[in-house]
Amino acid sequence: MKRLHLTALLTLPALLSACDAVVLSPSGDVAARQRDVLVTSTLLMLLIIIPVICLVVFFAWKYRASNTDATYAPDWSHSTKLEVVIWAAPLLIIICLGGLTWVGTHLLDPYRKLDRISKELVVTDEHEPLQVQVVSLDWKWMFIYPQYGIATVNELAAPVDRPIEFKLTSSSVMNAFYIPTLAGMIYTMPGMETGLHGVINEEGVYDGFSSNYSGAGFSGMRFKFHGMDDAGFENWVADVQAQDATLDRDTYLDLVKPSENVAPMHFAGVEDGLYHDILNMCVEPGQMCMNDMMMQDMHTRSGGMEMAHGQDQEQHADHGAMSHDGHGMEGMDVSRNGGEDEMQSDTPEADKTATDADRRMLRGHGLGRDFMPLFQPDPARPDATQPNPDNQ
Amino acid sequence: MTSPMQDPNTSFLFGRLTFDAIPLHEPILVATFAVVALGGIAMVAALTYFRLWGYLWSQWFTTVDHKKIGIMYMILGVVMLLRGFADAIMMRLQQAMAFGGSEGYLTAHHYDQVFTAHGVIMIFFVAMPMVTGLMNYVVPLQIGARDVSFPFLNNFSFWMTVGGAVIVMMSLFIGEFAMTGWLAMPPLSGAEASPGVGVDYYIWGLQIAGVGTTLSGINLLVTIIKMRAPGMTMMKMPIFTWTSLCTNVLIVASFPVLTAVLVLMTLDRYVGTHFFTNDMGGNPMMYVNLIWIWGHPEVYILILPAFGIFSEVTSAFSGKRLFGYTSMVYATVCITILSYLVWLHHFFTMGSGASVNSFFGITTMIISIPTGAKLFNWLFTMYRGRVRFELPMLWTIAFMITFTVGGMTGVLLAVPPADFVLHNSLFLIAHFHNVIIGGVLFGLFAGMNYWFPKAFGFKLDEFWGKISFWFWVAGYWFAFTPLYVLGLMGVTRRMRVFDDPSLQIWFIIAGFGAALIAVGIAAFLIQIAVSIRDRKKNRDVTGDPWQGRTLEWATSSPPADYNFAFTPVVHDIDAWHDMKSHSYERPLTGYEAIHMPRNTGAGVIIAALSVACGFALVWYIWWLAALSFLGILAVAIGHTFNTKRDFYIPVQTVVDTEARRTKLIESRA
Amino acid sequence: MSSTVTQTGPRQFHLDHEPHLPEGASTMLGFWIYLMSDCLIFAVLFAVYAVLGHNYAGGPGPKELFDLELVALNTAMLLLSSITYGFAMLEMARRRQTMMLVWLGITGLFGAAFLSIELYEFSHLIHEGATPGRSAFLSSFFALVGTHGLHVTFGIIWLATLMVQVLRTGLTASNTRRLMCLSLFWHFLDVIWIGVFTFVYLMGMI
Repeated sequence: MKRLHLTALLTLPALLSACDAVVLSPSGDVAARQRDVLVTSTLLMLLIIIPVICLVVFFAWKYRASNTDATYAPDWSHSTKLEVVIWAAPLLIIICLGGLTWVGTHLLDPYRKLDRISKELVVTDEHEPLQVQVVSLDWKWMFIYPQYGIATVNELAAPVDRPIEFKLTSSSVMNAFYIPTLAGMIYTMPGMETGLHGVINEEGVYDGFSSNYSGAGFSGMRFKFHGMDDAGFENWVADVQAQDATLDRDTYLDLVKPSENVAPMHFAGVEDGLYHDILNMCVEPGQMCMNDMMMQDMHTRSGGMEMAHGQDQEQHADHGAMSHDGHGMEGMDVSRNGGEDEMQSDTPEADKTATDADRRMLRGHGLGRDFMPLFQPDPARPDATQPNPDNQ
Repeated sequence: MTSPMQDPNTSFLFGRLTFDAIPLHEPILVATFAVVALGGIAMVAALTYFRLWGYLWSQWFTTVDHKKIGIMYMILGVVMLLRGFADAIMMRLQQAMAFGGSEGYLTAHHYDQVFTAHGVIMIFFVAMPMVTGLMNYVVPLQIGARDVSFPFLNNFSFWMTVGGAVIVMMSLFIGEFAMTGWLAMPPLSGAEASPGVGVDYYIWGLQIAGVGTTLSGINLLVTIIKMRAPGMTMMKMPIFTWTSLCTNVLIVASFPVLTAVLVLMTLDRYVGTHFFTNDMGGNPMMYVNLIWIWGHPEVYILILPAFGIFSEVTSAFSGKRLFGYTSMVYATVCITILSYLVWLHHFFTMGSGASVNSFFGITTMIISIPTGAKLFNWLFTMYRGRVRFELPMLWTIAFMITFTVGGMTGVLLAVPPADFVLHNSLFLIAHFHNVIIGGVLFGLFAGMNYWFPKAFGFKLDEFWGKISFWFWVAGYWFAFTPLYVLGLMGVTRRMRVFDDPSLQIWFIIAGFGAALIAVGIAAFLIQIAVSIRDRKKNRDVTGDPWQGRTLEWATSSPPADYNFAFTPVVHDIDAWHDMKSHSYERPLTGYEAIHMPRNTGAGVIIAALSVACGFALVWYIWWLAALSFLGILAVAIGHTFNTKRDFYIPVQTVVDTEARRTKLIESRA
Repeated sequence: MSSTVTQTGPRQFHLDHEPHLPEGASTMLGFWIYLMSDCLIFAVLFAVYAVLGHNYAGGPGPKELFDLELVALNTAMLLLSSITYGFAMLEMARRRQTMMLVWLGITGLFGAAFLSIELYEFSHLIHEGATPGRSAFLSSFFALVGTHGLHVTFGIIWLATLMVQVLRTGLTASNTRRLMCLSLFWHFLDVIWIGVFTFVYLMGMI
């Protein structure tokens, strides 16, 4: 039986290569590096796992009751030397793994801008990232390309070897945006914005889907991701731009209604500020945007009197961020989006500035970045310590 | 949002309960109901015919004896295992079928309930009751006590757990269960996305059971601290008692968080507050954090007692002292503390910063150090031992191999970059089944086979036990190895239908594995039936069938109501082994009357009223909720006026009982 | 129970005589542990308030809503009830049943006064439109303060029950033990309230 297990384990890689294990053979550099971490950690752990499993089998066999030749030491129960080894061996492995984790996590932080396109190619100023705003709806994906003024549903395209910057949010419930071949997943959450960087290195059509259960239509929440050469991408954009349909508020409010297994849709134009309003949950007329609400709350908090003075916005944003820090409980907090710079991010130029900014207020994160002041400044984001850039 | 209290679609008498709530359109459910109803009627008829109701009520339902309560917990766990496993089979079948345009045989409405119910039932109503049951049965015996510290509370805790299970089972035939996944994360579980009764069933089922779990945690904790036999210092406690102590610390320090977070979600759903809503300042991430602050320790609540069982079994069946007792204790305590520092690893992909992610990733990995040390300790307990491959030991060896793999994939998932590509995938599913089946469940089977003769006076049948063992182990590997593979192929959990036909073969293999496990479960039930039939053959007269080392083996099998005729005195870690090696003779004279707690029905009644209250709240039947709540208060207050709480077992009864044991031992000598 | 066994001669493996375990010997420890678990529930509610307490959703904040004088009065009621409970315990120690009952009665009245003021405050808030559903801040405020109030309510019911018990059976061992438990509970609620007062009301007004 045990031998069977071992053979099964050994034949596993062979079987895996026979089928299409996309996680182990991705076509995007980020996913490939994540795969490398995965494989390295596995090998590192096998250093101790395999001997342990072998020892279990060997000891059980060697010291079976019927084997009276084996030494029997019923009262032997302590050996300092052995105990040291027992604790030290896993400790050593974990120290190595911990180092790998620390470095790997920072290098592959989904918020971190790419520094390379592939093993050979480094990102330079010439690589203008493709920006995509992703919204998960019940139960389909909407993609807005602010640089091209187009939008799609359940279809995503990107040119190969061009960095892609995703900004993601959701309309009603949580989902996770995952294209296994491109990069790891990231959650999309209503009223919050997450980010993801990736690059696709090979042309092809790949699967993308939601990897966080979101209700009845979840299984059909899939789309195709097209990796194209530059010309192909230009053609694709031109095709979309040639469509009649545009994505305005009414179309969106229609689209947001639950539907399943939705076929791809193309929109030649996108109404100004739509993504901002989706993110701030105020697409429907008459709703107060969350960033406005948060601003008002800050005033309420500081006494509610200064409202009328119309202070410059930066100060408010700073105030908000600072009071988060001062609280000590922000470990629980997910910063809502809604800092002022977000309002400008509808135009590509403004958005570019915003990406360099301290985006603490813009992103959903499980714990505030400053949860552990010890670990600041965040090495993955050297800009994290800068004050709000709007002051500049 | 309007509060449900003013909902115009509800009637005063029945709230929102109407005939439409009975799922007559679901043939699977109608058939299940028919089987359950027929079985139920047959059982009631049999109980009435054999006039067993009075016996059941006075000897079992109202009992405060920790041994009987422990056995009832185990029965609850096994019954609920059948339900939870039925859900598992349905899922495997659906996923093996739904390819190439086929929708399978389950609608989303049904399938989403099935996987939610599977998770909830397996954790709360299978693993928890069985772990609690074993602790309840074994801990007082291991520490040489007559009962737990609060015997009535013990009975009450048990019935509250049953009450929670009843609420969850009700949802099968009246209304629906949650369609949210087992942790019911908002906003999906909020009033907007899940307006039906499913999430309410979930909330009240868990709240009622949670009361029981918390109280039982307090009870066992106090028992271990206060009721140990003279001489049993902390560092002389049996290792299972140690792991139980840590588990109960975890229960007491984590279940209140679950209670609180469920209360807040209840308020969101019932009163229209904004804790976890998308709008008006609510924050769904709060829920995610809080639920995992409970949820991660919960994993260790389940696995620590299993570790304790493996320690006892390895030592007993290697005929050797446990290697590294002290480091084992410290490892357990380390795990207990560390289990509170890792919750965020359940949602690396929600966009925490890199520093936060790596902090929680590394704390998670650190847990593997004490866990690894434990594994080595078991290994070196076998070293230079005389390993007897009886059933408990077989389960233990299967555990060591299986769990090691599960531990490795667990550490792998704790590496955030790897988690980013594997989170929420079937790899994750395979991982936690690897540790829960390979760890907790194998441990429970080892424990059941090990302590069964203590509880009933005869060993479990070995042939059927081995059948069950091999089918479980092979079934596990067949069912979950494909899931590891599918995870590496990027397949997500909780999918109902699939596009890619090349995946199907893996799901079919997994389904085959589930079928093997089904045989394993059937063999386990047959094993019990056969053992009862052959009980004379497998009789344990000595009370020590396995050459045990801890105190529970010092008394008879099954132990008398009072556990020990004389309070034992402890000098060494393996107290009973120590007694045997000093050729301790059981005293045959000098018995005294023994002070014992008295049975009471208050626990059953309060739990029944809680079920009524929970059901009424699910369906917005406010009058019934108010009435049953007042009833709970009245019975609870009434119970405080009950002064007949204890009695003395007369000397003559003790003398007679011990004389019977003497005769039994002599008859086989 | 686990005392060290002095060893003289051969090892003794059982006690010849049943050790006398007084009834309820473990109750105080058990109740302490229960209180700590309850404390965790409050800890969660405090944490929730800390996170959501500034999300007014465009609605009113603490400065517009809270009336510190009223809350100060309320706090006084609860603190006084704790003192009078203490007096009752002193009387119990002196075995003076009637005086103890009088002090317990006064404690109950203070508790009821606390609850009435709190209910008045709540109804006032709701009347002004500051309902629990108005904003996350108000949700967490009502949950935290309301849970405390609910505890006080149960404390009063328990107090009344115990007074009846004492009247019926006198200062028996089980009754004094229960009174000690309630004492712990009552002071515990006091401590929690001080947290609420500081953290919610005072800091909200700054």
